Amino acid sequence: MAWDRNQMAARAAKELRDGYYVNLGIGIPTLVANNIPEGMEVTLQSENGMLGIGPFPYDDEVDPDLINAGKQTISELASSSYFGSEQSFAMIRGGHIDLTVLGAMEVSQDGDIANWMIPGKMVKGMGGAMDLVAGVKKIIVVMEHNSKSGDPKFIPECLLPLTGKNVVDMIVTDLAVFQRPDHQSPFRLIELAPGVSAEEVAQKTTARYES
Amino acid sequence: MKKTFPDAAAALEGLLFDGMTICAGGFGLCGIPERLIDAIRDSGVKGLTVVSNNAGIDNEGLGKLLRTRQIAKMISSYVGENKEFERQYLAGELQVEFCPQGTLAERCRAGGAGIPGFYTKTGVGTQVAEGKEEKVFDGETYILERGIRADLSIIKGWKADEAGNLVFRKTARNFNQPMATAGKVCVAEVEEIVPIGSLDPDGIHLPSIYVKRMIVGAPYEKKIEFRTVRTREAA
Repeated sequence: MAWDRNQMAARAAKELRDGYYVNLGIGIPTLVANNIPEGMEVTLQSENGMLGIGPFPYDDEVDPDLINAGKQTISELASSSYFGSEQSFAMIRGGHIDLTVLGAMEVSQDGDIANWMIPGKMVKGMGGAMDLVAGVKKIIVVMEHNSKSGDPKFIPECLLPLTGKNVVDMIVTDLAVFQRPDHQSPFRLIELAPGVSAEEVAQKTTARYES
Repeated sequence: MKKTFPDAAAALEGLLFDGMTICAGGFGLCGIPERLIDAIRDSGVKGLTVVSNNAGIDNEGLGKLLRTRQIAKMISSYVGENKEFERQYLAGELQVEFCPQGTLAERCRAGGAGIPGFYTKTGVGTQVAEGKEEKVFDGETYILERGIRADLSIIKGWKADEAGNLVFRKTARNFNQPMATAGKVCVAEVEEIVPIGSLDPDGIHLPSIYVKRMIVGAPYEKKIEFRTVRTREAA
């Protein structure tokens, strides 16, 4: 049984540590917030200028001046702080954020990531993704192992325009987890989803990795 | 010198010209200078280069200036949620320079601080690096990005005192802070102007030196792009 979206997020959440400052991307990465272990102190950063993202507000507490980077309404915590975009990205680019979890269209065996544009389709822009992969200490990608048409997404070399070169530390897919200790080493298959075999993963992957 | 003007048109008088560059604060529809955008639309000024993280949505925010074709070029990090933008862009009517969000914020901060360029790791090895100078520091490659100076900055704040000291509210601060510093002139719209002495000098987010003119834009409707809520569990 492959992992579902929430199980993938739960697996990524196992990389959280007490005291971490974390930025979560849009989509499956957002679900990591629901999987923070009880008693662990993790502070979530929002690129638009906030540390300490609270849960979605109650209907009568919705505040148009309080949104996350996905432009959804959120709430604040007693420990929250607000700042401008230049400060927000200073902490991202300055290496002060411990961990980011992002979605991706492709990841290469050398840790390149592509997640911002498909040539020929409407380009919406990279937002803060390039800053995050360049500046955050640890980069985890959470993505489906294969595209809707069945093509591998963990591949020898990215075909799409890059968001960052040699930046990814860990990949969590619906089938498996790959990790590398540093940016010179190859990825290693470190975990399989329940009922998924190493052979199946090998069959559905074109990237080179150690097992 | 009195900084308070009766309305947005009066506050922008003498500042607008065709082909100018404008830095605009806001993130999505949060903290956008909507009264000033309306006044720029009504002025008919055109051929604008607008530096803003987003381009509004259809008929909201900068989307209004796109609809009237007053914008020739956008410098932005993310422009989704905007059909008219998409149409003009794909038809080649609108020039777009995509800039990573942190690089955009820093380019404006740097420009406002008299720094013409800086090196950053963001974008190295990507399309963003094409044509830019690369330099290695301590074994890591960086690219040179230019500071941005604009003819005009337009921002939205929460409260200002009559001297022009300004405070923002929650995540409506966002790009308003760096954008305010990047323009030769910054015009601010706020929800309330209070007498000098009513704001704590230790709590000012934007010192008065940056704010040359201001208006009260209230009442604001404050639109929400994605309203997400949780439900209270039954008692």
